[in-house]
Amino acid sequence: MTENINELKATTFQVRRDIVRMVHQCQSGHPGGSLGCADYFVALYFRILKHDTDFKMNGTGEDLFFLSNGHISPVWYSVLARSGYFGTEELATFRKINSRVQGHPATAEHLPGIRIASGSLGQGLSAAIGAALTKKLNNDPSLVFSLHGDGELQEGQIWEAAMFASHNKVDNLISTIDANGQQIDGPTEKVLSLGNLRAKWEAFGWDVLEMKGNDMEDVIRVLELAKSKAFNGKPVMILMHTSMGYGVDFMMGSHKWHGAAPNDEQLAAALAQLEETIGDY
Amino acid sequence: MKKYTFTEKKDTRSGFGAGLLEAGKRNSNVVALCADLVGSLKMEAFIKEFPERFFQMGIAEANMMGVAAGMTIGGKIPFTGTFANFSTGRVYDQIRQSIAYSGKNVKICASHAGLTLGEDGATHQILEDIGLMKMLPGMTVINTCDYNQTMAATIAVAEYEGPVYLRFGRPVMPIFTAPDQKFEIGKAWMVNEGADVSIFATGHLVWEAILAGEKLAEMGIDAEIINIHTIKPLDGEAVLKSAAKTGCVVTAEEHNRLGGLGDSIAQLLVRNNPVPQEYVAVNDSFGESGKPAELMTKYGLDSAHIVGAVERVMKRAG
Repeated sequence: MTENINELKATTFQVRRDIVRMVHQCQSGHPGGSLGCADYFVALYFRILKHDTDFKMNGTGEDLFFLSNGHISPVWYSVLARSGYFGTEELATFRKINSRVQGHPATAEHLPGIRIASGSLGQGLSAAIGAALTKKLNNDPSLVFSLHGDGELQEGQIWEAAMFASHNKVDNLISTIDANGQQIDGPTEKVLSLGNLRAKWEAFGWDVLEMKGNDMEDVIRVLELAKSKAFNGKPVMILMHTSMGYGVDFMMGSHKWHGAAPNDEQLAAALAQLEETIGDY
Repeated sequence: MKKYTFTEKKDTRSGFGAGLLEAGKRNSNVVALCADLVGSLKMEAFIKEFPERFFQMGIAEANMMGVAAGMTIGGKIPFTGTFANFSTGRVYDQIRQSIAYSGKNVKICASHAGLTLGEDGATHQILEDIGLMKMLPGMTVINTCDYNQTMAATIAVAEYEGPVYLRFGRPVMPIFTAPDQKFEIGKAWMVNEGADVSIFATGHLVWEAILAGEKLAEMGIDAEIINIHTIKPLDGEAVLKSAAKTGCVVTAEEHNRLGGLGDSIAQLLVRNNPVPQEYVAVNDSFGESGKPAELMTKYGLDSAHIVGAVERVMKRAG
């Protein structure tokens, strides 16, 4: 397990390279949110999670992670491969036919690390709550983590799940929202404003933390803080403030790179900003 | 015609409640979830016996399906309970992605299916649920015919690994299948051997098919009656064997003619042995308020309509 912050930061550069290369290679996919969440994923898989890369669906005794906004699959695949769930060469098959590395995360092809399909938005919080309830029934003291997009909060199922989790004191759950303020059709505030997210989640009975999602020190600090708040009777929600496209200057802060692939020139320009720290796949 | 008698009538949903309790006793991984319809789904006995294994979800069916899917991770066997309408159409995408595509071991248990829900009317009387569920790859679809069969099916699906849609209903019906029967998923049940026509019936229509069989016997027609309790996977061998013998088929179900048991059988026949088939089903319409028996007559789902369909199909077969 990587303990050193500088090593974690170096890993984020390689993961961001993986993301833009994967999306470029198949000329489809979602680089924006993937780049924005790279720091969170690296912190989670290389520092925070107690997990076993010898993948077992039931995950007994392990911390579990659920990705609800499945379209940011490139960052998850990169981190799963880089942490040893499967070979990095498989990243080259992303979104291609006969691949385990599907456009959106799936279990049907048995890619190690994935426990449920996601992509149709709003469903992952319910699944994470279910897994957390089973851990409680099994007297398994490990934790469940989940990640959600902010645009995804427009789905009603999220709020059904939010109500259920606090009512039932699902306090072995640490959820995070990627609050980048962007969705496909534009800024969330223009498409369908989310209002005061902190107040909303607090009103739904969650313990709410805020995190600078593109600052590794703060990501580690807040995730550790969140772990210390587990088992206190409330589910924990982290509002993670990120910039969509973080790490590639011309992709940053715009919804235009939510689901668009870079061309050859743009790829070169992006890679020039992202040092090859571990080695490309 | 083999004689079927009954001494008691009960609702199939009570068979589910009894089966859930028994499944819970046999396997401590069985858990139950309900969306504010505990009494309607007859889950009280399970809740009393295993309060820590029951989850009240509130009126939030989408979340219920997702939580059930998540609970399988770690080995639980979740049974979700609500009306058939809210078990399928309302949560189709949740079932599709989180349960079926993800291959999760969830048992979707649906009461108040079809017209026999009665007075509440068409908003609650789903007639499309079998079609919705059977189209999902990997989904097993079961529609039981009486209390005993429903209880046995509930126990059987707990022992089966994979997603299941278990459909039952509200009204009291004669109990005519054996107590303590072994329910075999995907295996048709020969109700009555006959030579002149094959009647394939599911759910509440099985009893109507028996009544029709008695009437047909009086008319000198020897009907073979087969209960297709598992619509998917369909017992193709049993269907084709019977169709080859009789040369004509009637299907009977409390469902839209489009997408139900009749369509599954028609597909099988057309690819293997095209013989004339008549449907006893709702003719592509919604239901309405009324007493269950009145509705079954008005929408053409009673024994008299099965007799009529037999006469038509035998005429076509020549």
